[in-house]
Amino acid sequence: QVSAALKEGRVTPTELCQRCLSLIKSTKFLNAYITIAEETALKQAEASEERYKRGQPLGVLDGIPIAVKDNFNTAGIETTCASNMLRGYISPYNATVVQKLLDQGAVLLGKTNLDEFAMGSGSTDGVFGPVRNPWSYSRQYKEKSVPKSHSEDEECNWVITGGSSGGSAAAVSSFTCFAALGSDTGGSTRNPAAHCGVVGLKPTYGLISRHGLIPLVNSMDVPGILTRCVDDAAVVLGSLAGHDPKDSTTIQDNFKPFELPNLTDVSKLSIGIPKEYHAPGLSSEILALWLKAADLFQKAGAKVAEVSLPHSRYSIVCYHVLCTAEVASNMARFDGLEYGHRSDMNESTESMYAATRREGFNDVVRGRILSGNYFLLKQNYEKYFIKAQKVRRLIADDFMKVFRSGVDVLLTPTTLSDAAPYVEFIKEDNRTRSAQDDVLTQAANMAGLPAINVPAALSERGLPVGLQFIGRSFQEQQLLTVAKWFEKQVQFPMIQLEEVKRHDHGVFQDQKSTSFS
Amino acid sequence: QNVSVEVLDHLEQLALVDFRDLEGVERLQKAIQFADQLHEVNTDGVEPMDSVLEDRSLYLREDDVTEGNCTKELLENAREKVEEYFVAPPGNIPLSKLEERETFLQGS
Repeated sequence: QVSAALKEGRVTPTELCQRCLSLIKSTKFLNAYITIAEETALKQAEASEERYKRGQPLGVLDGIPIAVKDNFNTAGIETTCASNMLRGYISPYNATVVQKLLDQGAVLLGKTNLDEFAMGSGSTDGVFGPVRNPWSYSRQYKEKSVPKSHSEDEECNWVITGGSSGGSAAAVSSFTCFAALGSDTGGSTRNPAAHCGVVGLKPTYGLISRHGLIPLVNSMDVPGILTRCVDDAAVVLGSLAGHDPKDSTTIQDNFKPFELPNLTDVSKLSIGIPKEYHAPGLSSEILALWLKAADLFQKAGAKVAEVSLPHSRYSIVCYHVLCTAEVASNMARFDGLEYGHRSDMNESTESMYAATRREGFNDVVRGRILSGNYFLLKQNYEKYFIKAQKVRRLIADDFMKVFRSGVDVLLTPTTLSDAAPYVEFIKEDNRTRSAQDDVLTQAANMAGLPAINVPAALSERGLPVGLQFIGRSFQEQQLLTVAKWFEKQVQFPMIQLEEVKRHDHGVFQDQKSTSFS
Repeated sequence: QNVSVEVLDHLEQLALVDFRDLEGVERLQKAIQFADQLHEVNTDGVEPMDSVLEDRSLYLREDDVTEGNCTKELLENAREKVEEYFVAPPGNIPLSKLEERETFLQGS
């Protein structure tokens, strides 16, 4: 919609950019952004405006304000991964996905907050502080919370965004941008999407280039897309997908961007409901919502059947081993010599490296590096690392069997419950939380499959709850078509942000109803 | 079973990060316990999986230089440099032994 508005001249790219920048300032308390690239964004917006004036926009994304998670390299802009290790690091290049968006004319507003090095499921463990879920300030949430005293309320009750792409999810959810890039290794795009009531797409591994995305787990990382509706996600996907010679793990098949049809007949669709996803700890609310959704498909004529993915419960354990092992390897590049933080210790290279890493990494990162190194020790390699790789195959095979039996798309919950209040969330440590929260999203990364979170309903506490669709490899078109149909059926309510309304009614009205496609 | 101090020390040297405190060590113990659940799964005859793209032949380009000459940009982010060199402290000096290192493990 906003793209049409830009084309028709109802709003100009610079106006749009300025409104978003001002909204970012008035929602600063969310802590969604680490760096705001105000000057360059305005320049990009001006360039876009010129193109629209000449009637030559680069495409649907021309002039659209976007945000990028701070673990993607952005030329000339600080890239920190929310870690002291990379504070002050100015990327010398753009990640491929960033370059692609800029080539389409998108306006890069800034870099969003995350858990340090994308390790976590709350966006609470970065050095710039936790991200607050915009829904904490919504009328829907406030109406349902038990009032203590009015001022105490907001300070103690705010809920987390989920993670690790929490900043990106919050940015999209609070209307400060129209789309944001996240990353997804164990659910890091879908988890915050569910908690913030936005669409979170994890593409098939190998579809979108990882060049420039600071790696966590090379065999599972993918760039993630966060938007306010499924159509928007399809548009962004269209501009990002495809082979990149700079990332040899991107497949060489030709990718054709697609528009999503408005599906009306679901009778040829086969939906699978994996019974193992009724995981321990799943809230009764979400269970009910999941069943209601299955019912919805069935009543509309689709074939809905229970399926089994027997190794599901080992997915998180397997992930834990493989992730820490790859992390141990990927974090080895941070030694202070070529970039990033460097300690003053100068006695020897080893002692300098050790001091630099001691100073630069937080507990979570160090913990994973040490665990990873443990699993990679000669005496443990076979027992843990190789074993985990074997279990990985079993998990991937589980999915293959189900898809081969005729199921098109799987329907599962995305999270075990709605967003927890920050004060509750931090009572458990990062590893425990991640192990709990990634349970439903993790297996898709293990098998490399595409998956998407679609906001489904509000919980009893007035917070968003989403449902997840998992599709076949490289069948994003089918996956998104089904997701779009579902989105239309549920009519998820718009967030009613009162704080923001007070500051700038005009901005709010315009952003509110807009998707950009 | 607890992990021995020798292994903990070895890990600190390999990883070049420290456990910092008791919590760090306990974190590792819990991680190992968690990972032990893998042994419940029967993986006889199953091949390890490195990548989900194992059935595909990945793209390898020609070994030709197509870009570079960005010395200035690359040096910009380094703290210690001299002309076109990154400067490192002297190498070939092993990390101090446990007794001499400033590490939490010393007390154990």
